[in-house]
Order: sequence, then C-alpha cells, then structure tokens
Amino acid sequence: MAEKKLMKGNEAFAQAAINAGCRFYFGYPITPQNEVPEYMSRELKKVGGSFIQAESELASINMAYGAAAAGGRVMISSSSPGIALMQEGFSAAAVTQAPMVAINVMRSGPGIGGIQPAQADYFQVTRGGGNGDYHIIVYAPKSIQEACEMIYKAFEVADEYRNPVMICADGMLGQMMEPVAIPDPIPAMTEEEIFEAKPWALTGHKNKRERNAIKSVFLQQEVLEDFNLNVLAPKYEKAMRELPEAELIDVEGAEVVFVAYGTTSRVVAEAMDLLADEGIKCGLIRLKTLWPFPEYAFDAIGESTKNVIAVELSMGQMIQDVKLAINGKLPVDLINKVGGVLLDPEEIAERTKKIMEVR
Amino acid sequence: MAAKRMLIAGFGGQGVLLIGQLIAYTAMFDGKEVTWMPTYGPEMRGGTANCTVCVSDKPIASPVGATCDILVAMNGPSLEKFEGMLKPGGDLFINSSVVSIEPTRTDVNVHYVDTIGIAEHEVGNPKTANTVMLGALLRTCDIVNVDTIDKTLEYKMTGSKAKLIPDNKKAIFAWQEDK
Amino acid sequence: MKPVFEVTKGMREMTSHYCPGCTHGISHRLVMEVLDERGQLGDAIGVSPVGCSITAHQYMNVDMIEASHGRAPATASAIKRVHPNAPVFTYQGDGDLASIGMGELIHAAGRGEKICTFFVNNAIYGMTGGQMAPTTLLGQKATTCVDGRTIEQAGSPMRICELLETIPGAVYVERVSLHNPAGVRTAKKAIHRAFEVQEKGLGYAFVEFLSTCPTNWGMTPVKALDWLKENMIPYYPVKQFKCPEEVK
Repeated sequence: MAEKKLMKGNEAFAQAAINAGCRFYFGYPITPQNEVPEYMSRELKKVGGSFIQAESELASINMAYGAAAAGGRVMISSSSPGIALMQEGFSAAAVTQAPMVAINVMRSGPGIGGIQPAQADYFQVTRGGGNGDYHIIVYAPKSIQEACEMIYKAFEVADEYRNPVMICADGMLGQMMEPVAIPDPIPAMTEEEIFEAKPWALTGHKNKRERNAIKSVFLQQEVLEDFNLNVLAPKYEKAMRELPEAELIDVEGAEVVFVAYGTTSRVVAEAMDLLADEGIKCGLIRLKTLWPFPEYAFDAIGESTKNVIAVELSMGQMIQDVKLAINGKLPVDLINKVGGVLLDPEEIAERTKKIMEVR
Repeated sequence: MAAKRMLIAGFGGQGVLLIGQLIAYTAMFDGKEVTWMPTYGPEMRGGTANCTVCVSDKPIASPVGATCDILVAMNGPSLEKFEGMLKPGGDLFINSSVVSIEPTRTDVNVHYVDTIGIAEHEVGNPKTANTVMLGALLRTCDIVNVDTIDKTLEYKMTGSKAKLIPDNKKAIFAWQEDK
Repeated sequence: MKPVFEVTKGMREMTSHYCPGCTHGISHRLVMEVLDERGQLGDAIGVSPVGCSITAHQYMNVDMIEASHGRAPATASAIKRVHPNAPVFTYQGDGDLASIGMGELIHAAGRGEKICTFFVNNAIYGMTGGQMAPTTLLGQKATTCVDGRTIEQAGSPMRICELLETIPGAVYVERVSLHNPAGVRTAKKAIHRAFEVQEKGLGYAFVEFLSTCPTNWGMTPVKALDWLKENMIPYYPVKQFKCPEEVK
C-alpha cells in the first residue's frame, strides 16, 4: 500500500476508483460531490480512460449502463437529488445485471433540499428507489480510508454479483481531508480480455458466438417470473448470506447500544467516551453494509442492554431496520438531526441520558 | 496529546482554508491523526470561509463538534459568530490587522496577531500574512512539532512557488506575544 | 446456380412481431444489410429504444442492448468509449428520440459522438396505441388529439433533422423516405454513408426514415404509403442536410 497522503474525500474516492481499474466515469455537477467529476476529468485520460460530462444524471447512469454492458469497469457519482434521477437506471442495471459502482455523497432533502451532510437517503438506497423487484448492494464508509477500501471491494462485488453497488457517503466525508493510503493500482481489462472474461458483454460477437442481447423487457409474465425467481432471487439470497458487515464496539455488557453508520458513527464514538466518563457503559453497532442489513450483529446484544438507540441524520429511516432486527425485544429510540444540521458528541450524550431517564 | 479541535474562520481570500490545510499536513508528517473539514457551497460564495481541524494521537472520532480548543478569528464577524464555541481556557487568536472589536470572553487566552503589519514590516512580504497567523498558532499551542512545518512548506510549495518558502519560514517565527 | 437475392445474415431467421405493412421491417433489414456488406456484423453493437422496436435485438444479428426510454444516445456514447473501433448505432422511434430522449439526442450530437442514429419517424406513438408524438402532423388524429393536432393545444411538429443541422458535432444529417423503392435505395446509401462517417471518426451521423404506421393511422399499408408521400414529405422534406466531403 502506498504512503499516506492528505486528500479530500471526493478526490480520494476518484483516485481509489482509478487504482481499482475503473476507466469509465460519467459525471454531472451537483454539490457536494463536484470534486469527483473534476478529478476524473483530469486523471482518467492519463490512464487511457474516458470521461464524459453528462448532460444530466439521467444520461450519466445510462452511460454507465452502456459502459458496464460493454464490459468496462465504470463508476458514477452524485448526491441525493441526482441519485433520485438515476433510479430508473439502477433498476435497468439491476435487471440486466450490469456491474457498476455508484457513489452517493448524501445531502439533505426532500426536494432540492440543502447541500449539507445528511443521511436521509437510507430508504432511497436500501428500498430500491426505482421500480420493480431489485436490490442494490450498499456500503457505508465512516472514513476516507475505509471509503477507498470499500470502493475496491465494491468493484469486485459488482463483478461477482453482476449488480450495481453503491458507496453511501455523505457531504462531510466528501468534503473533509484526512490522511489516506490508497490501495495499489490494478490494471484495467483490455477489450480482448473483456471478450474472454465477460462472455455476456457487448463486444461484437466476432462471428465466434451467438449475438448477445442485453434486455430488461419481458412481455410474457411467466418469463419475467422465471427470471425474477430463478436469477435475481438466488443472487439476492446469496448477497444476504455473504455480504452483511458490521463493526461491533463494546456491545457485550453494554447498558445502551447505539446503532449508526457513516460519519455519524464517529460522532457517536466520541459521545460514548463522554458517557463512559459518567459511568454509563455503551456499545456501538456500526453498519458497514446498509443492504444487505447486518442483522447478525444484533445477536451480540445481551441481557445487560436496556436501550437500543438509532442515531442518524434523518427523520428516522435506518431505525426501521433496527426495529426489525430487534424484533420487539427491546425499546428502540431515535437520536437524530435533519436538514443538514449535524449532531455533536455532547448533544448525543445529553439526549442519551434523557432517554435512559424516561425508560 | 488529547484531541485538539481548532476552528479557523475569516473572509474568503485570507487563506483560511490554507492555514487549516497546512496544520493538517504538518500533523500528518508528525505522525498524528488529523481531519480537515471546510464549509462549502453558497456559504463560501458569500465571502466567508471557515474550516475545522482536529489533531490527535488517537484516531479522530468526530471531525466536527459544538466546541473547539482553539479559535482563529481572521475577521470581526468570525469572532462574533464563533467565540462562544471556545472551551474555557482555550486559545483565541485575533487578527488585529482586521478585527477592530474586542472579544467578550474573559475565560480564554487571547492572542492578538497583527498579521498584515508583521508580514509587511518584519517579513517584508505582505502575502505571508496568513503564515504569520499559522506560526503564532503553532508556536503557542502544543499541537505539532513546529520544525515539521519546513517539510509541509516544501511539500506544498513546489515549482514557481518554491521561491516563497524562505519568506514563509520567516513568517512562521515573526510574531512575538505581547509585542 | 447463382442466387440473385438472399436473406441477409444480419437478420435472424424468425417472424417479426411488427404489424402488416409496417416499414420497421425495411429499416431493420437495410441497417443489417449495410453492416453485412461492410463485413461488420461481428463488430457492431446496437442500442434499441423503448417503443415498437424495443425487441429489435430479437431480429438483428449483432450484439444489442435495450436502453431505457429515450436514453439510447447516452448508452451508445459510453459503449463507443469502451469499444472505440466497433460500429455503434442507436435505432429509435419518434416518441423515444424526439420526446423523452430529446436531451440525450441533442447532447450526443453536441459532443460529436462517433456513433450513428437511425430515426424511425412515423409521426405517432405505435407501441402504446397511437398517441400524439412530437412529430404528429397538424390535423393528424391520434388518441390524445382525437380531433387532430392543433397549434393551440400542442404546438407544431418537431423537425429533428433541421434541429440537428445547427449542431456542429452532427456532421452527417439526412432524411430519407421508405414509401417507394427509390426511397429505399437512397436510404441504404445513407446508412452506408453514416457508418463510413463513424469509421472515419468524423462525428455524429444521423439518418431519419420517414415511415408508416398503418395500424395506428387506421389505413391499409398501401394507403399509408400514399399518406406519407402526400402529408409527411411536404412538412419533412427529404434531403441531405449535411455531409462531410470525405464521404461524398
């Protein structure tokens, strides 16, 4: 691994993608992810890649769809309202099994909303967002370093599952700088290698195989039923078995267990130190995957725990999955901020104590 | 060293974001954990800018917070807006070349830095005003090894900017307390 | 014995779902014949639209992908970036291209993408059952303008070639008509030229086929051909709008 450099999150994401072999990127300006397309426009051409400034997020995702279908390693990025525009494309990419990586540098909503960090896209990214029965795989990094490592992994998982994979970051992670060591570069596939390694891809049939038709229209209901049940469902079941990831910190013996993801989990960690100073034992379940949801992590909650508290920058979205995982065994409370306003450790500590009093 | 959180605020063009970045680089070269978080978007277009830098020996939990250990107020509005965030006993650096109001806090250590005057008359290069403030902060607060700033300046100022390194090194050491 | 006429290798051997008298069969065949004659069936990558020709990939014997509604030029732009030497084309109807996909069309042309677009203009939404298209003529009846299109209600029909003519990146723009054998022969030459423009890397190439939709127009196939000639050609003049010297 290379030496550490101080990098802005968005630029590190872009360089991590290039190092992971990404050669195609199609971007559209939206704050707070603009450094990603700016960086890609400068750097991709140096490695023989291709950048297009798309005319809209609609075009951006549909370009990614084309590049993925053609066998290229492709990434797109946007922020919440732009991701909303892309949902048609995610649905199409999921059903046609086009592997791609998307970064969502989340901001506040609904509507145009604001540009400050938020986590109000949990539903949008974990509940489909587009039409039909599909899932995208979603990773939630807490630091720039972890984001870069997840981007590497995301390309591998996208190829293995032939499915879109999203990195769900937020405005803070995109805009802040931290020292980061980006994993070493791996080479991109040549066109010849794509023809061999991805027999389903659009390469031209070269008179060596049947023509490929990548399609999402199934006008006979039985054929679509068969595809959904026998191609998509087993894939999503495999993902639910193999992909869920969470980090557990001091959950055993904890009086209060927090659940959080992304940069919010860092603020929670600092609040836990404040609460520990007052003799309150706290634990944290930090989600690293949002879909599939790491339900297994909740088995670690023991008899000592009296409260589970979901901490998120939304009106309460992740908390629904937390409640499903807890399944009525414990009270689940919410500590949140919305609209782009951030939580700070002191506030989390105070609100936690209030919740404990009430309970 | 426990985590130190500092807020650097002022007008756009005063090198506010750069001061923060130079602290961040120096901390990284010193082997410390660091985060740098700017304000962004329309708020910056309006002419004000600020950034939060956290430096610690341990991984940094939260890059932002409701309080800070150090505040650099490069202009008056920043002093008014942010002095309440400073922890009691914290360090408050006031750019006295620009700020004409007095702080209301009496429970913090106030340091007045005539950045423009010192840059013009003692360094001989008015463009080093922000570096004068950087030096004041680094030499007053125990955050990083001050000598590591040499490596930062050499890393950040390359090519045509390399000729600015001597003036900037001089600016780091130009301010004296109570002068 | 030497055959005088053969089924092109570019078309897969199956019955199409198109209505009797529909000109999609002709335009499908022409595009595939040209690729066959150019020896590029093994290299070509096509993008089909949403509309009647959504399943063009069932018939065309080249690698193909269905784009989302209107997005074919964006999808094709990226495919071309991955395979720069492959002949890449979109095949789109007037609802897909001129309504929901106008943005992608104009910007692919604006970037001068080295792809070809074949535009089937039959002045109506076919697959969804005969609604008004951006290209529906004034006075023409459709299920969303049962008394005929009016300027007051829907504005004037869009002339796509004329729009693209103003865009520097669209270097080859031609409108042809499939209503008679001479028109079909001209169309084939235009398709050849479009692929040549792409092969030479000159820019975006666009060919519009004036086409019929007997089912939704409520006419016999023969009457539909006459209607095209009498009504569409006066508003949509058949001509070459732009052509680079290199392929003349």
